[in-house]
Amino acid sequence: MNTDTQTVDRTRFGGFGWVMILIPLLLLGVILAFIVVTGGGLTELTGPPVEQLTIQRITLPEPGLIQVEVINDGPQSVTIPQVLVDDAYWSFTVEPSNTLGRLAKAVFTIPYPWVAEETHVVTLISSTGLTFTGEIAAAVETPSPSWNLFWRFGLIGLYVGVVPVLLGMLWYPFMRRLGRQAMNFILALTIGLLIFLAVGTWLDALEFAAELPAFWQGMPMVVFVTLIALGALLAIGSRGSRQERAPLEIAYLIAFGIGLHNLGEGLAIGAAFALGEAALGTFLVLGFTLHNITEGVGIVAPIVRQRPPLVHFALLILLAGGPAILGTWIGGFAFNPVLATIFLAIGIGAILQVIWEVGKLIAKDTAGQEQSLVNWVNLSGVALGVAIMYFTAFLVKF
Amino acid sequence: MNYAIWRFLARRDFLRLGLGSTAGLAGAAMLGQSVIGQQETPPTITVNAHEHGQMMLMGEVNHERNGFDPMQILVDWDYGEVSQLDSGQTLREYEIVAVDQEVEIAPGIFFPAWTYNGRIPGPTIRCTEGDRIRINFINAGTHPHTIHFHGIHRSEMDGVPGAGPGMIGVGESFIYEFDAEPFGCHLYHCHAIPLTRHIHKGLYGAFIVDPKAGRPPAREFVIVMNAFDTNFDGENEIYAANTVGHEYMRRPIPALVDELIRIYLINITEFDPINSFHLHAEFFDYYDHGTTLEPSLRTVDTIMQCQAQRGILEFKYRWPGKYMFHAHQSEFAELGWMSNLNIVTPENLPAALAEVGVDATWDEKARNGSTVAMKAEVNP
Repeated sequence: MNTDTQTVDRTRFGGFGWVMILIPLLLLGVILAFIVVTGGGLTELTGPPVEQLTIQRITLPEPGLIQVEVINDGPQSVTIPQVLVDDAYWSFTVEPSNTLGRLAKAVFTIPYPWVAEETHVVTLISSTGLTFTGEIAAAVETPSPSWNLFWRFGLIGLYVGVVPVLLGMLWYPFMRRLGRQAMNFILALTIGLLIFLAVGTWLDALEFAAELPAFWQGMPMVVFVTLIALGALLAIGSRGSRQERAPLEIAYLIAFGIGLHNLGEGLAIGAAFALGEAALGTFLVLGFTLHNITEGVGIVAPIVRQRPPLVHFALLILLAGGPAILGTWIGGFAFNPVLATIFLAIGIGAILQVIWEVGKLIAKDTAGQEQSLVNWVNLSGVALGVAIMYFTAFLVKF
Repeated sequence: MNYAIWRFLARRDFLRLGLGSTAGLAGAAMLGQSVIGQQETPPTITVNAHEHGQMMLMGEVNHERNGFDPMQILVDWDYGEVSQLDSGQTLREYEIVAVDQEVEIAPGIFFPAWTYNGRIPGPTIRCTEGDRIRINFINAGTHPHTIHFHGIHRSEMDGVPGAGPGMIGVGESFIYEFDAEPFGCHLYHCHAIPLTRHIHKGLYGAFIVDPKAGRPPAREFVIVMNAFDTNFDGENEIYAANTVGHEYMRRPIPALVDELIRIYLINITEFDPINSFHLHAEFFDYYDHGTTLEPSLRTVDTIMQCQAQRGILEFKYRWPGKYMFHAHQSEFAELGWMSNLNIVTPENLPAALAEVGVDATWDEKARNGSTVAMKAEVNP
């Protein structure tokens, strides 16, 4: 009966149904045209011009040269007749034009003798005298891709991502000797560390989002991508009627989430080197290595009772640590704040999902021992996980 | 200039610099210490025009659209409508209208200004001490305005809120009348409240009172040091001599070798406590406020002025060439208050005038600005 009515409905309109879709759109077009052409009775409401520009990137491709990439994320076109460097008007060339329509981009090239390792401020001034300012925190020639640099950036990613995960995993034999209670403690510690990573990744994502041109709506973008990633991963995980995941699967999920987090760290480090903000290079790398060592523990915690083949360990290390290398390359050579924000938001979703999965593992185990999920062992495990991450982060936060 | 050309020039300069310094070292070795001594004929050096070209505002201002040209403002003395009162006193009548006007203060940067007679600075009122000044002030702007003269006058002619007519409303007018004293280099400006905005929007001008005895003949210019806060954040984006940033860098002011040059200098810069004037390669005598016939400072090359302070500078150049003058707050100079004099020999004057778009009339005005013909015996 139901299907019959549907068939009738469909046939009643036939090909005409598409026209029905178009009618509101056509009317919308007419109204828009009316407002554009006649002002729609709103001419009295036109105010002063609103000019907005976002400086996306300032690079120093060679000594004596500054390049500024801007995008007009305001409602109207903006003309930039003059450019200042350090409070001095300076000559410049601009591609393609110093008049930028909405969402248009331009690159300003300024022949300015910048001073290595010192701060410079670039200001663009509009035809109505509004100013848009960007800072070069510490001037360092922007690395241009070379095999040497490629190798060195890769090495940084290795130290920051792969090495600590590998070292952390070396606790695996020790963890195998632990009793049930102690193992729950380690899993709780893993949750603590993941909570810390979720918060950290969230803050990093917001930091990138804040730098995005207004039309990207950075903050909502982070929220929605996070929720969609979390939802998608949960949906993938619950496919079939299987009630619980294999521990190895959970280990891979943790590695994936941590991998996205490490990608974000790699991006930040690479971008910092590229922008000359990582003068403390080695110290920062050392700090991240220490900070990330518990990640290895977290990844292998679910598989302590298993004995997976060694190749899985290698793959887990690659999945969790490898993205740090990739991130450093992208951040250093082809930084894209929009993609960075999206990757980080996916990372948050992935980490949240892993917290859920590891939480289920502990819940199952504690239920088997007829204990409350939130007991002192689990709670102190979480607290210690957060504390370890928090205090080792002292080395990388300034 | 495109990037490739810039790179080419940079490399070429590097080569030339290298050659120059090598030659210089060799020369010094041959001549010993004598190189340092005073040279009668300085060596001819090709001026590298693009060096300052990098630290400059780009492009040119459309003076026609602005309705005034800073080159003309230098010498544009306004003597008013002159007549004789029954008492024999000279009467000078002026009409000054306050109007809102958008002014291009640097190439491509437009400032929503308030002006006297559509120009910044307003008309340069020039008279002799003791003349009766009568100014018909009409407010055709969008806010109440006044004209406050720095001079000696009755309270009701002071052009401040709460005295006499107070602020002159939109569409209203008032006649300011007083005797011009003391002689000197003075100014006038709007004193309506809020004062800061009314001044920095552009309501000011020069008021020059010649001493009865006159001053020695000279090439005279008026320079008002001003600045504009284009984004209204309480700091200036553009500094200038006579409103348009770097205008006299693009168009060096012509003058002659061995000729007395006299500058009436006024500081009306808002937001910064002081402004300054530094002359390159020469020294000048300075008459603070211009109210004395003897210099108040002798043989200096830098002076500073607080807001509304002003004075007269007198100097001569020995050799032809381009000589800079600018604020010696480097920041102000780089933000637009940097200028050039083009000192030439008489035969090169027409070319120097033509180069900056002025003619013999301009030259005439520069040399004969005074309302008083100097009597030869006063200062032989």
